[in-house]
Amino acid sequence: MSVQEGTAHRPWVDKVLTVNGWLIFAFLYLPILILVIYSFSDSKVVGIWGGFTWKWYNRMIHNPEMMGALWNSAKVAFISTIISTVLGTLAALALDRYRRWLGKGAFDVIMYLPVIIPEVTMGAMLLIWFTQILPVNLSLTTIILGHIAFSASFVTIVVRARLANLDDSLEEAAADLYANRWTTFRRITLPLIMPGVMGGALLALTLSLDDVVITEFVQGPGASLLPVYVFGLIRRQVTPEINAVSTLMLALSMMLVFISLAFQARSISKSKNKEA
Amino acid sequence: MTMLDERPSEEANPELERKAERAESWRGFFTALPTYLYLVVFFVLPLIIITVISFAERSRTGKPVLGEWTLDWWIKLGDPLVRSVVFRSVWLAFLNTLLSLLLGYPFAYWIATRKSALMRNFLLVLVLIPFWSNFLVRTYAWRTLLDSNGLVTKVGEMTGLWGKMLFTEPAVFLGLLYGYLPFMVLPLYAAIEHLDWNLVEAARDLYADARKAFIKVTLPLSKPGIIAGSILVFIPSLGAYVTPDLLGGSKTTLLGNYIVTQFKSGRNWPFGAALSVTILAIMMVATIIYFRKGGKTL
Amino acid sequence: MTAAVSIRGVTKRFGTDVTAVDNVTLDIVDGEFFSLLGPSGCGKTTMLRMIAGLEFPTEGSIQIFGEELALRPPNKRPVNTVFQSYALFPHMNVEKNVAFGLEMRKVDKAVIKEQVADAIEAVHLKGMEKRKPSQLSGGQQQRVALARALVNRPKVLLLDEPLGALDLKLRQAMQIELKDIQSEVGITFIYVTHDQEEALTMSNRIGVMNFGNLLQVGTPEEIYERPVNRFVADFIGETNFIDGTVADDGRIRIAGGALVYARGDAPAGADVTLTLRPEKIWIHSRGAADLDPERNQLPGKITRRLYYGESIYYEIELEDGTLVDARHENIPSLQRRDVGDEVTITFHRQAAEALVS
Ligand SMILES: Nc1ncnc2c1ncn2[C@@H]1O[C@H](COP(=O)(O)OP(=O)(O)O)[C@@H](O)[C@H]1O
Ligand SMILES: [Mg+2]
Repeated sequence: MSVQEGTAHRPWVDKVLTVNGWLIFAFLYLPILILVIYSFSDSKVVGIWGGFTWKWYNRMIHNPEMMGALWNSAKVAFISTIISTVLGTLAALALDRYRRWLGKGAFDVIMYLPVIIPEVTMGAMLLIWFTQILPVNLSLTTIILGHIAFSASFVTIVVRARLANLDDSLEEAAADLYANRWTTFRRITLPLIMPGVMGGALLALTLSLDDVVITEFVQGPGASLLPVYVFGLIRRQVTPEINAVSTLMLALSMMLVFISLAFQARSISKSKNKEA
Repeated sequence: MTMLDERPSEEANPELERKAERAESWRGFFTALPTYLYLVVFFVLPLIIITVISFAERSRTGKPVLGEWTLDWWIKLGDPLVRSVVFRSVWLAFLNTLLSLLLGYPFAYWIATRKSALMRNFLLVLVLIPFWSNFLVRTYAWRTLLDSNGLVTKVGEMTGLWGKMLFTEPAVFLGLLYGYLPFMVLPLYAAIEHLDWNLVEAARDLYADARKAFIKVTLPLSKPGIIAGSILVFIPSLGAYVTPDLLGGSKTTLLGNYIVTQFKSGRNWPFGAALSVTILAIMMVATIIYFRKGGKTL
Repeated sequence: MTAAVSIRGVTKRFGTDVTAVDNVTLDIVDGEFFSLLGPSGCGKTTMLRMIAGLEFPTEGSIQIFGEELALRPPNKRPVNTVFQSYALFPHMNVEKNVAFGLEMRKVDKAVIKEQVADAIEAVHLKGMEKRKPSQLSGGQQQRVALARALVNRPKVLLLDEPLGALDLKLRQAMQIELKDIQSEVGITFIYVTHDQEEALTMSNRIGVMNFGNLLQVGTPEEIYERPVNRFVADFIGETNFIDGTVADDGRIRIAGGALVYARGDAPAGADVTLTLRPEKIWIHSRGAADLDPERNQLPGKITRRLYYGESIYYEIELEDGTLVDARHENIPSLQRRDVGDEVTITFHRQAAEALVS
């Protein structure tokens, strides 16, 4: 529902709101915009325009450490996304579709803790766990294990919301029409919660690609991920090359936003049809 | 696990009904089991262990020594230096939550009350992009702006209002606000968008002026968004690590970097553990207070 | 007469304090249109879901054509259901929805194609095969749900308030269509509804439920004319209740002392309640000469008149203050009455039923 005549504001209120709105957008966008622009500036000093160039992108591509970190990030994101999507979806199904089971109450709480726990705490406890308790070496594997531990919960939240909106009687109808449990899941439940599963997966992917804190805690020597590598670079010295890789990372984020928006738009237009 | 026969030909009785219910309940349990186990191994046990470690002695390399126990690290939280770090972190997180709310509410309200759905969705996408964009990159963008050659610094020097802000507390605050404002706006938007405007109209009909209707109806009804947004901003602000590290330098230590330092260079893991548990505790308490207070005052 | 569905002592409890269905025993005849009728929350849906296998009984036996399947999962039962919300699969088109059951039973592809086409034609949806459920009207969705169930040739078809979501006109049209389809395919229908008119017009037999109990089973006429208790009389149609006591000669002494004849076998001295339908009451001017002595007569006064168009309702106050409603068809030969008129009401000796209170 949108605002109606009777609740409309006086014109000056609306003007103030509008000006304020666009100012906040400027605040949110200008810094990123400037960063992107300077990634094409042919000047060693960030902040001084020196003419257009692809130089920094070129340098970025030929930086083996940076490309290695990018490749590691891709691997970690890919694997952790798949595993956390599967785990998160299973958890959502168990929580939403089964009324009572052993330990459900506790699980319902545990499942949400990783979402609200501060990242530093999560990183510190995983570091202690991996190095002091489990006999493992820190490596890409420990990073993946850490990423799954927090992103599975996000997947559960997204998928569970979708399941809650799914009419139980669809699954009952499938059973009534001779489908066994597995077929019902494959032909009815899964296709219908797919937008939620994909949304959860995209969220997990983004979280994995963005993570600095947990990765920095549990990474092994020599095998870093892109954000942590870039973080290290920035600390040492700011170079235009960082602007280039930053722009790349922004482009990646943006791509994920649009993919997820496309998914949402599709499922929204479907549900709109239903109402009509 | 006991499963029912696939083609039973018995009459029902309470015993068999219970058996069927139990079979169903085990199915739920086994569906959750992989995730359950994963979270126990990689979340619950680590959480317990870090609490235990915070009572452990430390070795010469800074690692914990299991078997020798001490309260030193918890006592050390009372040191003036540590206390000031904790207070500064809580204060900045609180301030950031407050300012995000003050800026975010009219902003979300503005978006949610646009008449055309197309415009609303367009503005919403404009909020979603920074929300999903890489946090490190967004923070880094401010580092160049606030540095000596940065645009913000130059504007400040030209107008004579401010100088180089990088590596100061205001810079950290600016970074936190910039980083987490979208986290406030989205839940607020959702709450205001779902509002039943008939209620506001009813208030106007019952002789409330625009301001009264807003305070008495709109604001209380958007409470869920205010709570969700505040929690989403407060938690990461309190544990912030990237922002103070990049924009505050060594001068503005917050809990987040202080903890990382204990593990990476300070070489005092048990103390780091105590700090980690502390930050979790503060967060829990703040969340609970917020829910309680919110329930009463709004 | 074969029993298509034979229900013996079926009880369903949810937790410890909700008894949704309480010790129900019922036989449903092969080929009949049977309705389960009762107010919302009386356990109709639960009863139906137990026949479908979507809920297991706490106790009792459910047999379909002699085969015990109280505890058998729904996909192993020869019954199909038309759900209240239709439960059409939103991601499949009409054709895929209708074919689903046959596919699950691994019927030959060519046969599926043919039977699905037939079923879609039978419910008048030819040309809509490729549409998604969201592109259909409520009535059309209803037909798809029906086709999707019927295409499997179930031994029993279960319908849970299938017309509840439709508007009045469409509902009446669908009632007739459903009835036609049922007599065509000859499949036993078990139909759940809380709408007594729907149950009366469509069913061969009706089972009336309340609070999980099955109160009465009978043809629409039996249920309407010979309700077994006050609840059934009240729930089906409209009625007047008049309290009384059985006198020694078998007549009923009602408050005010008048004696009337009624059906029923309550013993002398028992307290009873007469149920008397408004349309069975005639109104005469006080002192009219040609009253039929075979009819019960009671004096009274018109206290209210409600004009309904096709009929007129009169409220009559009897001498002891009891109020009864009478309904007159709006036809010219019947004399109009006005409020305040002194009248005599008459009703046939077989018209009132004496229910033991
Ligand atoms: N799954 C369930 N859990 C608990 N109570 C239920 C459940 N299903 C139905 N009930 C209860 O059983 C009673 C009968 O419900 P139902 O069969 O749906 O009634 P009807 O279809 O006649 O309206 C109601 O009181 C309802 O609240
Ligand atoms: Mg029902």
